[in-house]
Amino acid sequence: MEFLLASAIGVMTATGVYLLLRARTFPVVLGLALLSYATNVFLFAMGRLAVNRPPVVDALARGYTDPLPQALVLTAIVISFGMTAVLVVMSLRSFIESGDDGVDVLVQPTEDELGGSAPRTAASSAREASQ
Amino acid sequence: MSLLLIVLLPFLGALLPALMIRAGRTACATTTFSFSLIALALLLSHSSAVLNGEVVHASWEWLPGLGLNANFMLDGLGFFFAGLILGIGLLIIVYARFYLAKDDPMGSFYAYLLLFQGAMLGIVLSDNILLLLVFWELTSLSSFLLIGYWKHLPEGRQGARMALTVTGAGGLAMIAGMLILGEIAGSYDLSEILLAREAIQASPLYLPALVLILIGCFTKSAQFPFHFWLPQAMAAPTPVSAYLHSATMVKAGLFLMARMWPVLAGTPEWFYIVATTGLVTMLLGAVIALFKDDLKGLLAFSTVSHLGLVTMLLGFGTPLAAVAAVFHILNHAIFKAALFMNAGIVDHETGTRHIPHLGGLLQVMPITATLAMVAAASMAGLPPLNGFLSKEMMLHEAVSTAWLGSDWVVAAMATLAACFSVAYALRYVGHVFFGRTRSELPHTPHDPPLGMWLPPALLVVLVVLIGLFPDPVAGPLVASVSRVVTGGEVMDYHLALWHGFTPALGLSAIAVVCGFFMLKAYPRVRAIWAAGPHPEARLMFRSTISFAVELAQAITQGLHNGALPRYLAFMIATALLLGISAFIGGSHEAGQRPLLEANLATVMVWLMLVGGCLTVLLHHHERIVGLIAVGIVGLVVSVAFVYLSAPDLALTQISVEVVTVVLMLLALNFLPKDTPRESSGARRLRDGSLAVASGLGIGGLAWAVLTRDFETLSGYYLEQSVPGGGGTNVVNVILVDFRGFDTFGEIIVLGIAALTIYALLDGVMRGAVQRKLVAWVPDQARSADRHPMMLVVATRVGLPLALVVGVFIFLRGHNVPGGGFIAGLLVAIALIVQYMASGFSWAAQRMKIDYHGLIGSGVLVAALTGLGAWVAGYPFLTSTVWHLSLPLLGEVHVASAMFFDTGVFLVVVGATMLALANLSRIARRAEYLPVNAEPMDIDPSLQSHSGQG
Repeated sequence: MEFLLASAIGVMTATGVYLLLRARTFPVVLGLALLSYATNVFLFAMGRLAVNRPPVVDALARGYTDPLPQALVLTAIVISFGMTAVLVVMSLRSFIESGDDGVDVLVQPTEDELGGSAPRTAASSAREASQ
Repeated sequence: MSLLLIVLLPFLGALLPALMIRAGRTACATTTFSFSLIALALLLSHSSAVLNGEVVHASWEWLPGLGLNANFMLDGLGFFFAGLILGIGLLIIVYARFYLAKDDPMGSFYAYLLLFQGAMLGIVLSDNILLLLVFWELTSLSSFLLIGYWKHLPEGRQGARMALTVTGAGGLAMIAGMLILGEIAGSYDLSEILLAREAIQASPLYLPALVLILIGCFTKSAQFPFHFWLPQAMAAPTPVSAYLHSATMVKAGLFLMARMWPVLAGTPEWFYIVATTGLVTMLLGAVIALFKDDLKGLLAFSTVSHLGLVTMLLGFGTPLAAVAAVFHILNHAIFKAALFMNAGIVDHETGTRHIPHLGGLLQVMPITATLAMVAAASMAGLPPLNGFLSKEMMLHEAVSTAWLGSDWVVAAMATLAACFSVAYALRYVGHVFFGRTRSELPHTPHDPPLGMWLPPALLVVLVVLIGLFPDPVAGPLVASVSRVVTGGEVMDYHLALWHGFTPALGLSAIAVVCGFFMLKAYPRVRAIWAAGPHPEARLMFRSTISFAVELAQAITQGLHNGALPRYLAFMIATALLLGISAFIGGSHEAGQRPLLEANLATVMVWLMLVGGCLTVLLHHHERIVGLIAVGIVGLVVSVAFVYLSAPDLALTQISVEVVTVVLMLLALNFLPKDTPRESSGARRLRDGSLAVASGLGIGGLAWAVLTRDFETLSGYYLEQSVPGGGGTNVVNVILVDFRGFDTFGEIIVLGIAALTIYALLDGVMRGAVQRKLVAWVPDQARSADRHPMMLVVATRVGLPLALVVGVFIFLRGHNVPGGGFIAGLLVAIALIVQYMASGFSWAAQRMKIDYHGLIGSGVLVAALTGLGAWVAGYPFLTSTVWHLSLPLLGEVHVASAMFFDTGVFLVVVGATMLALANLSRIARRAEYLPVNAEPMDIDPSLQSHSGQG
């Protein structure tokens, strides 16, 4: 069981990191979501694994698993949802504004560009070279 | 108490000038004056005790865990400096009232001045070196404000910046030095450190501590090679120069050397570093001063030179030299402040400080000229003035000091410096007040109003009095200060005008004669000077700074050029390197904890997770597939939580999963549906290796942890959950009770995240972006049946049920899995499904809830619950349990934590809904079609009437 969980954490981390390094916003958001799963499960695992020992006080219980990592992970899940949501919306806004969903800004915005619809083709074509 | 008040009064007073300026400039100056005056009166009330050698202490615990306490002490040395700071401060306040022009913002000037005064008083009265460091940095900051007071002058801004950079950098070095010193002595209290001389000087860390502390002192006191900031700071208004650069800030370094003298001085290291630096600075400052054409520049370099003189005396390490140093600090402060004010008068009345443009002012400004002559004669070291006395003592010490085995070097250099100082002092008088009268001055010069010449005149009176009657006037003060500086050694000295025919008197005479002839042949001497090299410290400083900036930019550009992948790759690689190095250094034996059996079901679930991850990896270019696969992984995680005894986590994870997928789908509606394959093979190899290494690292770490036993502090929570928190669900009790403060912070973060989303999306609804949005053409075919009847009916029927489930989950949360977070997410899902099924406008018409208000009221409810504990006299968020007997329901336990959980619930609902509803809103704006107006595309109730449909 422990091996399954540890390897699952590893697989989720690896996938998350790989996606995080992509050049477009959507895969980065997906990667971040996977990385949050991995992190949450990892934190949870710090309390070690137990089956059928929920931390709910009961006279008949044979024992309890560690409740503290669970409490920490519960809020972590909600906060990582908040962060994922901000990122999704940020990528959406930047795509609507610029028509490009790359995660690199190589061209410094000039006065003209700040004014409105600057083409981002320079950024897109330079993307591959810069990474 | 009064000791603390002395330090606090200027800080308190600093609040007032900015307000009082509305009552006029004189009222403003009077307010400032009275605060300093009260502080001085409080100080003087201790004078008899301090002059008798007593030490007044006052202490308050501030951060005792760090060794940082608000300990103040008043001994002779502190009294002396505090007297200088407040006494000269009072004169400066009067002088500045008349010096500053009508359109100078006088309120802020006095506010800065009082801030600075308070910081200086803090330095000299601190009995804790950490506290002293705080005040030390405060003087750097407040002097920055004062030097840059004339914000419109570029020289003022540059000078202020340079002063801040140099003294701030020195301050950083000093922090390190002081920390080392405190570690050696075992205490950060000065009174303790001053007793630990042997331990400190025997420590191997003595030299690093000494060097670091001295860097702080040398930068502050403008010692070579850090002297260059002081002349640049002359761009400040003259009252600032007179205050900061003659009597106070530049003396802070000297003060600290004197303060630390009993423990740090007396070693060869101290002698060679401090005395040599002082000697070089004294000579260099004096030479440059002679060739400065700016009146204040001349005085600035002269100050550098005199500071060097005092540093050198402190560096000699003998008690008599320390007495001379103390005496010269007093004398220099008096005559130099008078001279700075004098230069200010000349500048103010003639409109220029450029010496070659000035001359013959004696006729038109007799009072100013007389004051200048006496003060400058004291600076030159002519009898019978105070500057003469301490210079004699200095020369006497120089004659009896050997440097690297040669016993004449110090005396020769000191005499040479004295000779230059005679020359520049005479030049100050001769080239400004004597000689040809100039007619082309910007203003017609005349003596200034009383308020401007009286302050320097009072100082000049002191110059003469101390010169004529040194022992009665200054004797007790110097004696009491010297006792402190030398650590109580008994000395045989007396302050007197006439000591007989000594070698020092001879050197003094040589200096005066040489200086006089040097000025007489000034044009020739100047030509020789002009022919030599003139390394500009200012330019070196500037190029050093620009080099540092370029280096920083190059490194930043290399690591973070705007491309997120590169930046993240560096971060991940760094984390990996740290992890690998820790792994190599650690032990590698296998863990002993007994493992749990895996059964077929768990292996199947594991396969689903790995399959989900592989699908994401291979098919993430088709974004919708990637999203679904991520959703699968999330579901598997929640199943794992169920199996591994974490029901609360499972409920949270599954509801978050639903909301996240809905959110991403809404966003994906607008985003491109495919990711182009643009990564090169090398890129993919690099990212793949980083990913595999990270996965192996984290997985290995998890495995290592899971196979080892551990100790937990959770026993406390399990025991106290029912008696202390009134609930059996320990996870929920921890969230809303034991660690309620964390949760409180987290719901605030969640609320802020939702407001950020709102701000980002609301911006899409206006301006150029909105036009883009309206012109947007969907890149996918749209279903004709956009509001499917089955879905609409099911969600509407399901809504009350879902809400009841939400309430149920919420209410039971304290005792069995559930609670505010989960209930909030469930209710949010129930509501958002209405948007999805029936369209935004239909849902928005019926749900008139202000989600902003929901977030705000949630935070408020949680905060008020916490504050309620205060009313009962308990700390924030202490919970309580009430036992009620209600009709029908019987005995009911209500924990106050439930109200807190209500706050959590409201924030979660508000935040989730705010995000999702706004995403739906922009979708509606982009694709406004008449069909959206109706809740169902095919309405069976209408169909029967219209027949065909």
